[in-house]
Amino acid sequence: MLDAATPYVSTTNACKLCTPLGACIAFKGLEGCMPILHGSQGCATYMRRYIISHFREPVDIASSALGEDQAIYGGGPNLMQGIINVMDKYNPDIIGIASTCLTETIGDDVPMILSGFKKEFAHLKIPELIHVSTPSYSGTHMEGFHRAIRQTAIQMAEPDPLPHSKITVLPGFVSPWDVRHLKGVMRDFDIPGIILPDISETLEGTIQEDIEMVPSGGTSMQDLKSLGGSPACIELGNCIKNDLSTAGWLEKNLNVPAHRLGLPIGLRGMDAFMQTLSRISGKDMPREQMLERGRLVDAYVDAHKYLFGKKCLIYGEEDLVTGLVSFLAETGVQPVLAASGGRSGLMQKSIEQACDGMLPQTPSVLSGVDFYQIVEEAEKLEPDFILGNSKAYRIAAGKWDIPLIRVGFPVHDRMGAGRIRHAGYEGAYDLLMRIVNTLLEKRQEDADLGWGYM
Amino acid sequence: MQPGLLKDRQKQVYQKGTTPFDLDCNKGSLAGAVSQRACVFCGSRVVLYPIADALHLVHGPVGCAAYTWDIRGSLSSGPELYRLSFTTDLQEKDVIFGGEKKLYQALVELIERHDPRAAFVYSTCIVGLIGDDLAGVCKKVSREKDIPVIPVQSEGFKGNKRAGYQAACKAMFELVGSADTSDISPVAVNILGDFNLAGETWIIRDYYRRMGVEVVANITGDGRVDDIRRCHGASLNLVQCSGATVELARMMQEKYGIPYKQVSYFGMEDMARALYETADFFQDKDPGIAARTQEIVRRELQAIHPEVQKYRWDLEGRKAAIYVGGAFKAFSLIKCFRHLGMQVEIVGSQTGTKEEYQEMADMCHEGTIIVDDTNPSELARFIKEKDVDILVGGIKERPIAYKLGIGFCDHNHERKLALEGFEGMVNFAREVHSTVMSPVWNFVPRRAGGMTNHKNMED
Repeated sequence: MLDAATPYVSTTNACKLCTPLGACIAFKGLEGCMPILHGSQGCATYMRRYIISHFREPVDIASSALGEDQAIYGGGPNLMQGIINVMDKYNPDIIGIASTCLTETIGDDVPMILSGFKKEFAHLKIPELIHVSTPSYSGTHMEGFHRAIRQTAIQMAEPDPLPHSKITVLPGFVSPWDVRHLKGVMRDFDIPGIILPDISETLEGTIQEDIEMVPSGGTSMQDLKSLGGSPACIELGNCIKNDLSTAGWLEKNLNVPAHRLGLPIGLRGMDAFMQTLSRISGKDMPREQMLERGRLVDAYVDAHKYLFGKKCLIYGEEDLVTGLVSFLAETGVQPVLAASGGRSGLMQKSIEQACDGMLPQTPSVLSGVDFYQIVEEAEKLEPDFILGNSKAYRIAAGKWDIPLIRVGFPVHDRMGAGRIRHAGYEGAYDLLMRIVNTLLEKRQEDADLGWGYM
Repeated sequence: MQPGLLKDRQKQVYQKGTTPFDLDCNKGSLAGAVSQRACVFCGSRVVLYPIADALHLVHGPVGCAAYTWDIRGSLSSGPELYRLSFTTDLQEKDVIFGGEKKLYQALVELIERHDPRAAFVYSTCIVGLIGDDLAGVCKKVSREKDIPVIPVQSEGFKGNKRAGYQAACKAMFELVGSADTSDISPVAVNILGDFNLAGETWIIRDYYRRMGVEVVANITGDGRVDDIRRCHGASLNLVQCSGATVELARMMQEKYGIPYKQVSYFGMEDMARALYETADFFQDKDPGIAARTQEIVRRELQAIHPEVQKYRWDLEGRKAAIYVGGAFKAFSLIKCFRHLGMQVEIVGSQTGTKEEYQEMADMCHEGTIIVDDTNPSELARFIKEKDVDILVGGIKERPIAYKLGIGFCDHNHERKLALEGFEGMVNFAREVHSTVMSPVWNFVPRRAGGMTNHKNMED
């Protein structure tokens, strides 16, 4: 594995975001939850702006708005005032509090502040206060995301739960459409489920009579409390370290059997998810999904010639990249480079496994890198197209004149980011069509002689 | 005064006509209020960012640089270095042991790689806390690499955006006065506070060119380090907007005796006034300038008038809300809406001063809501209360407008549409028209009326 940790190089165009952003997105998937960033005002505003441009939805994130005095004397009073004001304006059931580099470094003890808060305002109806430590100088937004989910489970799951039949699914950071789709698949199976976090409605809302200050949808409080009574937990994502795994925590502490798989991207990725659901529930794969699977394989066959040997560069979050590489390998595309700003240490192995037996050679894998390093490496590999978020636009269009097919987060130069399909047989079909048609379009445009049939 | 407002925010909202003018402003954002404001770092970054041939290195954790990567609509006619996002990407061990070594290595590496004309090094929250000697490192690298390496003291928590503007101006002032000015015309200005969004600076420069006025430096849209170094050779500084760069103009006035004027290039009225005031200033040096300027304004107005009128025909009587960063921009927008026959019912800014809000109140009609440092829940409430047809703001305000079923016009530094100058007024009118007049609002539940209600459909 190429790892650019030593000697030190500066970062040019980072291929990652900071931990509190991931925590905010995770909190957005809880019903009735309002996030507060404990730090200076800018963090909340910048992250809101960033998330809004992707989802095109109102994304309110409060801030404890620390100034110079608080940086010296501590941010406790501001955080308490912030919670009171959020309660007043948003009336949330849950407040998700994520720290920032500022508050981690001045050493604010958030759990202590919160317990003080609960004592001082015992006469008020206080929402659940979930706290996650997310110093922005360690890890990426994905660590923040997973840490917030794990903290939610730790703080919300009841210690002595009643058993129930809902299977817990941790879908990872995928699009609202993906989450909705996975819920639909479970419905087809007739398996009740708990999805954590569930951003399917909160980050892709409807338009209603009035604006919803806390968007409806999300994992319900009751589901959070009953996590420990679940017959099984399926966690999706190969690059989640053990100390960030919520499934791992649930298994160890509340005896919920953990099933840890990759993101259900591509045929084998989704097959693994389906088989796990079948095994847990004792039910056969639903006919609807069998049909979708069949249509996908049919489409693989139809499209294979136009994809075989095409070289692709993939970048983004480690879990997503691994899933996409696995999918591409199935289609005959040659992923030449898989890159991420993340540094879980698990991506290389996951990708090798995903490509095993499918490809003549596994792609170069770069972790902990920025776009400068990605471009440097990719230049030699001469990819035919790129699969990733909006960030490589100028490289793809300006420098190399090859297509960039937008997936993941952030996509802020196109509409419809909330409905990008990655997951399931349908998601794979959609990705396949986007890729093959983009390549056909390029070929047609570049061709001297026009062609209308193929 | 305003029921339903957070107690600590009540004095930051004023409705004209209810009581004598009194509005609280220029204070830190309230915790938990979901302010639309950013931070000091953001203020510095947005001002300095468009200097195209400088290296902009963010000393801090990854987020600060990532969220500001190529975020503005600022264009360059040459170098594109400013569009890259550089950071020292501080890690836990740097926070413990200090980040100076890393900063030094990053600067050396990046200067060797990109050969910039100067480097700006932005301080973030964390750097303020761990106490890295930014100035010391910059000085050392500046000596070794023989280019200006300038620290920008922009720790996020040290105030609001305005403090960031000041830090940026202080940084730029280190460049001013360090190059030869002997070949500069006596009729020369600097353009300050314009960021060349979608090429706007080029529109303004062209007007000045036609007037016979030399522009020494664009500060900072399409900016160049070498231009800023000699900008003290100009006779007048024209500062646009609410003064992101007014501090620089003040410093130049004090040190070099260069006067400055505050202008706005938004809307026909303010655009024309900016040109006329400049012409007046140079009247003694160039007696023909007034006539030439008049001719330019006359021609430009003639060219745009029919189209603006066409939009006005549809827009007359509609209502607007404005929430922007600086108050000065809001003044121009109020006038622009007037030209379209529209009335402004809500107007606010993130960083206005007491004087600016007073002026705003003077411009508005009775009943207009004036608001400082507002937030989504207030904005939503005012929009419903006043039942406006459009909100002008930035990307963060857009979904609020859309969810409430009203039009939106992006007037922030991210926009890709030129709204300055006479042609900008047409773009603005077209933009407002295209959103206010769209048929989609017929289907939005809050305003659907006849389209979704069967009973009404029968009427």
